[in-house]
Amino acid sequence: MSQVALDPTPRADPAEEQILEVSSLVKRFGDLVAVDDVSFRLARARSMAIVGESGSGKTTVAKMIVGLERPTSGTIVACGRDRSRPARSTALRRARGREAQIVFQDPYTSLDPRQTVERTLDEVIRLHHQPDAADRRERVRTLTELVGLDARQARALPRDLSGGQRQRVAIARALAAEPRVLILDEAVAALDVSIQAQVLNLLADIREETGVSYVLISHDLAVVRQISEDTIVMREGKVVERGPTAQVLDAPQDPYTRLLRESVPRPGWRPVRRLSGAGTRTTGSGGPPPSPAGHASTNPATSGGDR
Amino acid sequence: MTNAGPLLEVDGLSVHLRVEGNERPVLRDVSLSISHGEALGLVGESGSGKSMTARAIDRLLPDGARVEGSIRFDGAEVGALSGGDLRRYRLRVAMIFQDPRAHVNPVRRIGDFMTEVLRTSLRVPRREAGRRAVEALAEVGIADGGRRLDQYPHELSGGLLQRVMIAAALLTEPDLLLADEPTTALDVTTQAEVMAILDELRSRLGLALLFITHNLELAAAVCDRTAVMYAGQIVEVRLSSLLHADPLHPYTAALAAARPDVDRSSARLRAIPGRPLSSFEAPQNECAFAPRCEYARRPCTEASPPIVRIDGGLSRCTRAMELRGTLGVAGHTEATSQGEVGPLGAAGGGADEPTVGPGGQLGAPPPSAPPTGRPAGTLARSEG
Repeated sequence: MSQVALDPTPRADPAEEQILEVSSLVKRFGDLVAVDDVSFRLARARSMAIVGESGSGKTTVAKMIVGLERPTSGTIVACGRDRSRPARSTALRRARGREAQIVFQDPYTSLDPRQTVERTLDEVIRLHHQPDAADRRERVRTLTELVGLDARQARALPRDLSGGQRQRVAIARALAAEPRVLILDEAVAALDVSIQAQVLNLLADIREETGVSYVLISHDLAVVRQISEDTIVMREGKVVERGPTAQVLDAPQDPYTRLLRESVPRPGWRPVRRLSGAGTRTTGSGGPPPSPAGHASTNPATSGGDR
Repeated sequence: MTNAGPLLEVDGLSVHLRVEGNERPVLRDVSLSISHGEALGLVGESGSGKSMTARAIDRLLPDGARVEGSIRFDGAEVGALSGGDLRRYRLRVAMIFQDPRAHVNPVRRIGDFMTEVLRTSLRVPRREAGRRAVEALAEVGIADGGRRLDQYPHELSGGLLQRVMIAAALLTEPDLLLADEPTTALDVTTQAEVMAILDELRSRLGLALLFITHNLELAAAVCDRTAVMYAGQIVEVRLSSLLHADPLHPYTAALAAARPDVDRSSARLRAIPGRPLSSFEAPQNECAFAPRCEYARRPCTEASPPIVRIDGGLSRCTRAMELRGTLGVAGHTEATSQGEVGPLGAAGGGADEPTVGPGGQLGAPPPSAPPTGRPAGTLARSEG
């Protein structure tokens, strides 16, 4: 069960080994600077969260890491290899697939509706590692067990599975390539609370057993607290705060981080209105000029910060 | 409008839908009440029936739905309304949804959308309707309403469009707002803004609110009372201020404990085994939550438990009396490291409790005074 050999050749001093190094990453879409000078490093078996709201650029960072977007400038180095430019060959592209994989929020739209779970996993294993049929069957069994799917579910089509089960399939498929880093882009956001807890526990187990590193892209600070050690907070493409997760959440320094933290509902929480409206108070929360969706807002009193 | 009695009273509501030729239960014996100006949270996971409850209240169930039980609004039986009466009812009961974009016509301007009901149902002149729309937009913090009326939905962000939906819902001066996950698709800071607006409108206009969400913390923070649904049934109704500290049903406690905590990480989350069941999948002749419940014992699987009044709230747990006082969040925090909530510290201790009865029909004591200054609703009598 634990023999998912994601790290078949353990190297010396794994604690120091940097799996992912992102330096001065920039992405422009026309005039819009979606990602503005983002840098971070991620060591083996560590988990780092990128926190932010719509338009913060967090998903664009994720897409550049896995090669779905091309950086305007800056470098991405995974496992010592630069991946800032598109791979020139199939072999190189597959090698990159063994370095980083991604799991998206909606498992339904990222699975082939006509492929059973077993075939989905088998295909990835065959593509990346070319073992013989018996080994592949064994790997498929190991992976489905690792994510908690039984034999019947392994033979099922995505439509026959629940949302939580499908998300497990998406995680298993990502792990089938034996990546060194797994990008979780809001991967638990759409799950019911009771299922989300199962998947978060599962992710903790997998990291412990395989030494895979996580980049957790999330807007949910409680989830961030649960499965990351380090956090960067992004707003409008820029990193506004970074540090150990506990420190960022317990003693946020940036006003925007404080605002995010104060917006989390909890027992005794009272929602505070930050924008003005006719006949209403304007309550300053100590936050920055509000721009909830990250749009260019100039005057919160008139625009409400939205488009 | 009278202030005697609840504004909305749902009693023994059961709904069956026809799915591929079979009748399937989607709601089973749902009872709840909302007073004038009160906010009731309705919390549950996928398939629990929370949205279906709102649809039943607004008479928006699909064709072929079989409805039993009663829904009374301001004393009138909603199921018996038709024609003009039904239209007038819907003016008084407004509804907003999770995805505002799915509920506006993308090729019509905001102004047309907002004023349509005023112009067609209430015969308000166009200019006057536009003026009222601008006023309503101001209510939800959109000051440049005149400009917004000329815009199309795609020109507005999600948070702004949801505020437009709320403003549109307010135009007919409703008494009750049914809000179905209105902030789920929004960023947290925008969610806080929208919740603050709803809260403020409620206190200023005396608007009653049925707030549907999957987020227990959110419901508890903004609603006077919270009802928790599972598999088509209401399993608990509790003063929101007591919901985390002293839940009455193991499912409520399990939901709260499964959620990661923004203040601390734990070695393991207390996941609920299995997955949420919809009403037709769940066992019908035993406790619907029993297959996933860590407290389930034999009596739980022998009969479907009625909802009973206990400690000022309602619980549909076979062992509610035994478990009272042991399910709270304090217990959970300790239990997280130890793996078990110490069960049954006070087993049998509730034997002298005289107020519990099937269906909550026995004489209920006055509820303990609500700690907030807000209306406590009709805790005492009307949920049974």
